Amino acid sequence: MAKGLGKKLITAPYTVWMMIFVIVPIALVIYYAFTDSGGAFTFSNLSYIRDYSRTFLISIELAVISTVICLLLAYPLAYSMSKMSAFKQQTMIMLVMLPMWMNFLIRTYAWMTILEGNGLINRAVRAIGFEGFHMINTNGAVTLGMVYNFLPYMILPIYTVLTKIDKSTVEAAQDLGANRFNVFKRVLLPMSIPGVISGITMVFVPAVSTFVISKLLGGGKTFLIGDVIENYFLGNTGTINYNVGAALSLVLMILILVSMTVMNKFDNGETAGGVI
Amino acid sequence: MKTLSKIYNCLVFAFLYAPIVVMIFYSFNSEKSRTNFGGFSLRWYAELFHDTVILKSLYLSLAIAVLSAVTATIIGTLAAVGINSMKGIKRKTYLTVNNIPVVNPDIVTAISMMILFVFVITRVNGLEMGFWTLLIAHITFNIPYVILSVMPKLSGMNSNIYDAALDLGCPPVAAFVKVVIPEIMQGIVTGFIMAFTLSLDDFVISYFNSGSAAQTLPVTIYSMTKRPYSPKINALSTLLFTSVMILLIIVNLRQSGANKQRANANKK
Repeated sequence: MAKGLGKKLITAPYTVWMMIFVIVPIALVIYYAFTDSGGAFTFSNLSYIRDYSRTFLISIELAVISTVICLLLAYPLAYSMSKMSAFKQQTMIMLVMLPMWMNFLIRTYAWMTILEGNGLINRAVRAIGFEGFHMINTNGAVTLGMVYNFLPYMILPIYTVLTKIDKSTVEAAQDLGANRFNVFKRVLLPMSIPGVISGITMVFVPAVSTFVISKLLGGGKTFLIGDVIENYFLGNTGTINYNVGAALSLVLMILILVSMTVMNKFDNGETAGGVI
Repeated sequence: MKTLSKIYNCLVFAFLYAPIVVMIFYSFNSEKSRTNFGGFSLRWYAELFHDTVILKSLYLSLAIAVLSAVTATIIGTLAAVGINSMKGIKRKTYLTVNNIPVVNPDIVTAISMMILFVFVITRVNGLEMGFWTLLIAHITFNIPYVILSVMPKLSGMNSNIYDAALDLGCPPVAAFVKVVIPEIMQGIVTGFIMAFTLSLDDFVISYFNSGSAAQTLPVTIYSMTKRPYSPKINALSTLLFTSVMILLIIVNLRQSGANKQRANANKK
């Protein structure tokens, strides 16, 4: 179709732009990760990974927990949405997306009001005569923030996949004697795996790399890998070290790349199994 | 079963909307307290409109969003046409590179660009982080989304009509503007809207690439959350939320109105 338009010419601005602002920066991250502040080659930045192995583990742990909670919360909602009338579906989609249009900083900030020691939940609890809970600045609060912020990213892809399933497939299963549970387990669930997979990646990636949610709801007590990286780039003059920051970012990038490859393999395997 | 799922849905939505309701409620608080409600007042709205820092960052956010979305839409649409006519490894390479900013966590995209900017700034005199680094960063993370929304329209389009226009003597550029663009317009508009909203909403990439001179609205909001509590944030969020809600309702009503008209026309 690009015939006569100069195929190279119309892609040229894009090619140049992506080269300079995507490829070169990633190359620089790798360069910084393997050099010291003087520019000499070194592996010492990578040895920091050992120091931060606990941080990596906590980040992964919280991200996995919130991804699982999102999945458990989202699936039933997406399922019941997919069975509603067209008008209701449209309204529900709007309701799911509306909070996403509000900046996530503001939404996270609002949770502070609710969870604080003197916040709304504790006031309500005390009003009925119980002792308050300590909720803010805990791992639980950070997990809640992750679930809250990323739940729509799980609902939407699962919903989309479920609405695309041909109704006659379900009817065929029913005609062949499958009860509701079996229809779900053997038809709907396997067919919705692609949506589940994209939901998982869309929740896991921002959750594992966040530094804002942990700052606002963890109050500095929950230190995630995102916080560490932020500290190496924008911390106090004493703590800034692009080389170590780049090395940790590189590890984070590889971690996500690997987990996504694994997830995609799982996806292919599952659908293939479903066909057999 | 039906009522059970209804209750469940209500609970999930209560969870999704609880903080938003709380925030709107406390934006009308006459006291400067996060939890004590002293009575109804519009005090924080009045203060909001006198806060030059917030207003300035709002203008900057809008300017960056418009400029980056327009630039990304132009570069992205042209590139999508080019990539669409590519084959084999070349096409695959382009699509893989295109996906890097989409797949990478925001913080990695952010620091990789920051490293590049700092690398250049420390070597060239007179440059610093600010408007231009912000704009470049926003264009960079917007372009892939434009491509992703234009590509499906291109591959779904019949390429013969472009060839037909050429055969009938139309010069390539005119044929592109008159034939191809209208066919893929929907994808271009979707890409533009996505780029605009992503840019307006972005915090992480702006935070690392704005410097102290040019702060977008989310960056300003973030620095406000670190300072002593101010209900101005609530007032600001309430206004933003209401405008988005009204916009969405209008779009939805227009859409369902158009659908009804179409349905009626079909009946006749």
